[in-house]
Amino acid sequence: MALLEVRDLTVVFQRRGEEPFRAVDGVSFDVEPGQTVGLVGESGCGKSVTSLAIMGLLPKRGATVTGTVTYDGTDLLKLSDKQMRDKRGSELGMVFQDPLSSLNPVIPIGLQVTEVLERHRGLARKEAMIEAKNLLDKVGIPDPNRRLKEYPHQLSGGMRQRALIAIALACRPKLLIADEPTTALDVTIQAQILAVMKELVQDLGTALVMITHDLGVVAGLCDEVNVLYGGKVVEKADRHPLFAEPRHPYTHGLLASIPRLDAAPGEKLTPIRGSVADNIPWAQGCAFAPRCPNALDVCVQVTPAEEDQLGRLLRCHNPVVPGTPAAEEVPV
Amino acid sequence: MSETLVSVQDMKVHFPIKRGVFMDRTVGYVYAVDGVDLEIKRGETYGLVGESGCGKSTLGRAMLRLNEPTAGKMVFDGQDFSALKGEELRRMRRRIQMVFQDPLSSLDPRQSVESILIEGLRAHGLDKGKESTNKRLRDLLTAVGLPTTALRKYPHEFSGGQRQRIGIARALALEPDLIVADEPVSALDVSVQAQVVNLMEQLQEQFGLTYLVIAHDLAVVKHISDRVGVMYLGGLVEEASAADLYAEPLHPYTRALLSAIPVPDPVVEDRRERILLAGDLPSPANPPSGCRFHTRCPWRQETRCDTERPVLRELKPGHKVACHWAEQIQSGQIQPHEVQPILVEEGDGLSPDVPLVGPASVTEALNP
Ligand SMILES: Nc1ncnc2c1ncn2[C@@H]1O[C@H](COP(=O)(O)OP(=O)(O)OP(=O)(O)O)[C@@H](O)[C@H]1O
Ligand SMILES: Nc1ncnc2c1ncn2[C@@H]1O[C@H](COP(=O)(O)OP(=O)(O)OP(=O)(O)O)[C@@H](O)[C@H]1O
Ligand code: SF4
Ligand code: SF4
Ligand SMILES: [Mg+2]
Ligand SMILES: [Mg+2]
Repeated sequence: MALLEVRDLTVVFQRRGEEPFRAVDGVSFDVEPGQTVGLVGESGCGKSVTSLAIMGLLPKRGATVTGTVTYDGTDLLKLSDKQMRDKRGSELGMVFQDPLSSLNPVIPIGLQVTEVLERHRGLARKEAMIEAKNLLDKVGIPDPNRRLKEYPHQLSGGMRQRALIAIALACRPKLLIADEPTTALDVTIQAQILAVMKELVQDLGTALVMITHDLGVVAGLCDEVNVLYGGKVVEKADRHPLFAEPRHPYTHGLLASIPRLDAAPGEKLTPIRGSVADNIPWAQGCAFAPRCPNALDVCVQVTPAEEDQLGRLLRCHNPVVPGTPAAEEVPV
Repeated sequence: MSETLVSVQDMKVHFPIKRGVFMDRTVGYVYAVDGVDLEIKRGETYGLVGESGCGKSTLGRAMLRLNEPTAGKMVFDGQDFSALKGEELRRMRRRIQMVFQDPLSSLDPRQSVESILIEGLRAHGLDKGKESTNKRLRDLLTAVGLPTTALRKYPHEFSGGQRQRIGIARALALEPDLIVADEPVSALDVSVQAQVVNLMEQLQEQFGLTYLVIAHDLAVVKHISDRVGVMYLGGLVEEASAADLYAEPLHPYTRALLSAIPVPDPVVEDRRERILLAGDLPSPANPPSGCRFHTRCPWRQETRCDTERPVLRELKPGHKVACHWAEQIQSGQIQPHEVQPILVEEGDGLSPDVPLVGPASVTEALNP
């Protein structure tokens, strides 16, 4: 049994006077200790809602969560708020895109780290101070003694994100969920932070769920990748086969549409046509059908099921045959 | 092709940092752009890259005179744009248009697409009668790949990519020579970015446009640009053709930047050597002495780096670099070493994220 088993996770938002909206629609994945699992997809595909649902952080009103989230044998969705709060501070760590919103603005960074150390690891104040300094050092914060006394707004974005990771590390979580932890940062800072996270997984055996829209980050970091589209996992594979031979037309299209730094000069990009605004509801077929170069008639009649095809999980009636060039020239 | 359209000469933009109860005292400057020279040839795409806060947008805005430069000038098509006034300035402005990052905030939500487009035409006397204007609008929409029914719609009725097309149509309407595009795709979904990039390339061919593309994403810039300039803390540190810059980066910062950009290919990622930079970007209000990169440079030397600001010099035809030791670094004579991250001082102990309003301290409030 994996450390985290997410099964059929579904989140439906219901606002008064509006149609219910399935932001996450039957998502399943496992994470083992020391493993990094990626959730990748574009804006609005349900990445953050998935992570909030796992952590029990969705608003109680208006959001219905179904499915199971089994962590170390317990279904987190059945825990009380208090039990969940205890778990979050200790075994489950989380790093968000916007560190400022998850740091307490009126408490110095140092105190926020030592508090966690005292509460969850039972360290005395003095030991906690020393350990806090070590942690800031570890995540690459210069002059940690001085930084410990500073408030979040006094740190740059990169330093805040490091501080947040330090806090997440302070409780030595067994599972860390990182939701776009580097999206707001510059690439050179991103490289530093990703290196820290990699080390964490390797040295402490932390299980990491990495949420990002950046396929480059996924390629370097994740063992297994889940590609999300419109709230559903459409392709799930290990990173090597996924990038070498993307089988889902969406994954395939995404890879053909992003410029690669190492591309030969003059190489053309092949965009995916339309935008997510063109999606059809999953209930009517495949949400991606209006944008899909492989679409068949069946695609707007039957919802493709998640099936073990070609050695990976795919949700598609007409997967890409390896070696196919990117879709036909799409009119600009 | 080799005719110079734009020449930027020793451009500087220093923003005063104001303090005091009436914001009346200048306590220092943000050296956002600090001495940039560059040339853009007619018909080419010049890409400007660099990390957040390095001064890319400020440079672009100063070229358009949306920020008045502290020093330096821009010569546009042989005329000193910085010295133009009144009617002449207005006429010249038509020839330089801007496309912004966030199409929604740069388009007036209460205006229909039609009136957004006509507004520019009117302002520059290009609205020559109903018939011809209508045709012009339809042609514009076709050029950017939108249906003509879009004319009667409002910005919020479009997706991000479509809105960026409207922004491009608005710029195109005035038949500019130069389009300055500041992060034209970074707010768009990955799957939509390529649509806009391809559109820009196609329009360039069709209308003989010259582009200055400002972006932090080096992969996008490399793809779209003929030549690329890399900025660090207000200055250009390297300039080369897109291919040369990637094949043979000469400046230590460019090397680090290139090595940090993830490539969506696990095979490449697994064998990549990363040059991890220590610490943060220093504050442009308190830039380091000498070479501005010396606080983070793994190749920094005992001499010159800390004291002498390197000038941009041509090391190979068309390849310029601002580093004292570029030759020795390239030949391997100088090897990289470990760098300890140093604390970034804001000069006044304030983060740039904190708005500079009100007194800085109790003492200042009592003795303004
Ligand atoms: N509290 C909420 N109430 C209603 N709808 C919501 C709520 N939170 C999120 N949504 C909707 O759920 C969908 C998925 O949102 P989510 O934040 O998970 O996207 P994401 O994949 O994280 O995107 P991004 O890359 O932009 O962060 C979106 O359409 C969003 O508008
Ligand atoms: N009007 C202003 N007043 C004071 N400081 C400013 C002003 N505009 C920009 N700055 C500062 O000048 C520096 C350069 O800013 P600029 O917006 O040009 O950077 P950039 O390279 O475009 O960054 P980004 O990638 O984040 O857009 C920053 O430190 C910024 O805070
Ligand atoms: S199910 Fe059909 S429409 Fe959907 S991705 Fe597969 S081929 Fe395309
Ligand atoms: S001048 Fe010195 S500090 Fe600057 S980039 Fe060159 S080696 Fe590094
Ligand atoms: Mg999100
Ligand atoms: Mg900018």
